[in-house]
Amino acid sequence: MGSFPATRHSVVAGIASPDIHARRVAFDALVSAYWRPVYKYVRIKWRRDRDDAADLTQEFFARAFEKGSLGRFEPARARFRTFLRLCLDGFVANEIKARGRLKRGGDVSFVPLDFAAAEHELSTHPAAHGAGAASHADHDEDDLFRQEWVRGLFSDAVGALRASCEAAGKTKQFAVFQRYDLDDNADVRPTYAQLASELAIPVTQVTNYLAFARRELRRLLLERLRSLCATDEEFRLEARELLGADPTSRPA
Amino acid sequence: MSALSDAALRRLRDAAEAPDLTGTKYEIVGRIGQGGMGTVYRARDRELGREIALKVVRLPEGAPDIAARMMREARTLALLEHPGIVPIHDVGTLADGRVFYAMKLVRGAPLHELPGVSLPERLTIVERVCEAVAFAHAHGVVHRDLKPQNVMVGAFGEVLVMDWGVAKIVGDTTVSLGVGSVAGTDEHAEPTTGHGVVLGTPGYMAPEQAAGDPSLVDARADVYAIGALLRDLCTGNPESTHSDGAGDVPRPLRAIIRRAMSPDPRDRYSDVTALAHDVAAFRAGDRVTAYNENLFERARRLALRHSTPILLVLAYLLMRLTFLAVFGR
Repeated sequence: MGSFPATRHSVVAGIASPDIHARRVAFDALVSAYWRPVYKYVRIKWRRDRDDAADLTQEFFARAFEKGSLGRFEPARARFRTFLRLCLDGFVANEIKARGRLKRGGDVSFVPLDFAAAEHELSTHPAAHGAGAASHADHDEDDLFRQEWVRGLFSDAVGALRASCEAAGKTKQFAVFQRYDLDDNADVRPTYAQLASELAIPVTQVTNYLAFARRELRRLLLERLRSLCATDEEFRLEARELLGADPTSRPA
Repeated sequence: MSALSDAALRRLRDAAEAPDLTGTKYEIVGRIGQGGMGTVYRARDRELGREIALKVVRLPEGAPDIAARMMREARTLALLEHPGIVPIHDVGTLADGRVFYAMKLVRGAPLHELPGVSLPERLTIVERVCEAVAFAHAHGVVHRDLKPQNVMVGAFGEVLVMDWGVAKIVGDTTVSLGVGSVAGTDEHAEPTTGHGVVLGTPGYMAPEQAAGDPSLVDARADVYAIGALLRDLCTGNPESTHSDGAGDVPRPLRAIIRRAMSPDPRDRYSDVTALAHDVAAFRAGDRVTAYNENLFERARRLALRHSTPILLVLAYLLMRLTFLAVFGR
C-alpha cells in the first residue's frame, strides 16, 4: 500500500495519459486501490477458485493497461467505480468463454498483490460461504464491490496516518486513535478517562489527540478519494456518501 | 496495512464522518440517527454540563449561500419559544463548512410507540400538538412534516413537536429551515424546496403539498397532517390519505378527521385552533362543528354529557313514585 501518487492529479485522468510514465504511475495507484475489491468480487460473484481469481485479477489490470480500456471512461455516464466493475464483468465473462484458447497472464506487472492476505480476509465474509448458492442480485454485487473499495480506501488512509504520525513523532496521537476507533478486539470502547490513564496523558489530551487523528484521517481519505475520481462532481458525490459532507464547502 | 474488519470499518466511518467540533463547547457522546438531511448526535455541552442533541446538516449542492440562509432561518425558528416546540440552543458552522444545530435532548416516546393510552388521553395529545403548531403558525412557520414519529411524549406527559427540518417560513417558497430532528430522522426530506420537489411523508402529506408546488402550501397542510395523526390515534392503523378510519370510531370524531383531511384545503378547518376546538368539544361531550347530529344523537349526547344530574333527577322521581305507591293510598 501507500503507492498513491503524491500529487492530487486524478488517477483516472492519469490512466488515459499519452505519457507512458504518467500512465504507469496512475495504474499502480489504481491497482493499489482496486485489486482487493476486484479479487473478492471475482471470487464471490463469479465463483472462481483462488488461483483462477488471482490470475483473472492480474490479467484484468494488465489487459486494461495494454489496451487502455479504462481510459475510455466517460464521466457523464457513470461513476468510475461502476465503470470499472462493468468492465470487469465483461472481461471475466469473455475470459470464461474463451478459456483454453487464450494465453493466460500478461507481461505487465504492477505493485505486488498479496492474494493470500485477501483470501484470509475473504474467509470471514458471509458471501464467501455461499459459493454454491445462486448468484447475488446486481445491487448486492455493487454493494460488495463498493464495500471492498471503501475498505481498501480506509485501510490505505489508516496506513498513511500511522506513517505520518510516526514520522512526526506523534505516536501517542495515533495510539489514542487506534485504541478508540480502530481496535476491534475490545468488546467495548474504552472511555476517555481509561485511555488517559493507560497512556498517562490528561483526559483533555485524549479529546485533542482523537480530534487531530480523525481530522488527519479525513484529510487523507479525501486526498485519496480525489485522486480516484474523474471529476469534481464524482468526487463530491463519493465524499458525501463516504463522509457525509461536501468537501468543497468552506466555513461561512 | 492489512484490511480492516467490518467492525473496525464501521467505527472508522463513524469517526471520519463525526463532525469536527474543534472550537465549539460540544463533544460527541454517540449517534442518535441519520436521515436524508444529516446526522443527529447525542452530545455534551462542556460549559453547561448537560447533554443536548446536535444535528449536523448535509449541505445541498449548487447553493453556496445555503449555509448562511439556513442559519438565518434557524434563528427565526429559535424564536419559537413554546413548551410544545423543541428549543434550539445554538446554531453554527463547523470547520468543514457543515451547519450544526444544538437542541434540547428529548427523552420520551414517539407517538406511534406510546403504549396503552386511552382515547381521551390521545385526544389531549392532539390538542397539545395543535397548540404548538398554532403558535408556530402565528409566527409564520408551517411544519409540513407532522407525523407520529415527530411527536414525542415525555415521561411527565409533555408533548413536543419535533423535526422542523422541512418547515417553511410563510413568504419564502424557496428554502426550508433545515433544522431538525432529535429522535426521528426523515429519509424523504431534502433541505431545499422548489417546484417539483416533494417534501413530507406520504400518508400525512396534504394533496397540495404532494403536488410539489410550495406556493400552494400553507397552514392548512398542517391541519391535514394533524387530521391524519388523529386518524392514526383513533384507529391505530395508518390508512390511505383519504381514509377517515372506520370501525368503532364515533361519528363526530370521524367527521372531524374527514374535515381536517379534506382534499380541498378550502373544505378543511381554517386553522389548527379550530380543529383543536372541535377535538376538545368532542372530548367534553359538546357538539362539534364538523358534524350535523340528528335529534336522537343530540339527545343521546346530552344525556351522556349531563348524565349525573339526569341520574339524580331520575333517582329522585323514582323515590317519589315509590313513596306515593307505599304511603299515598
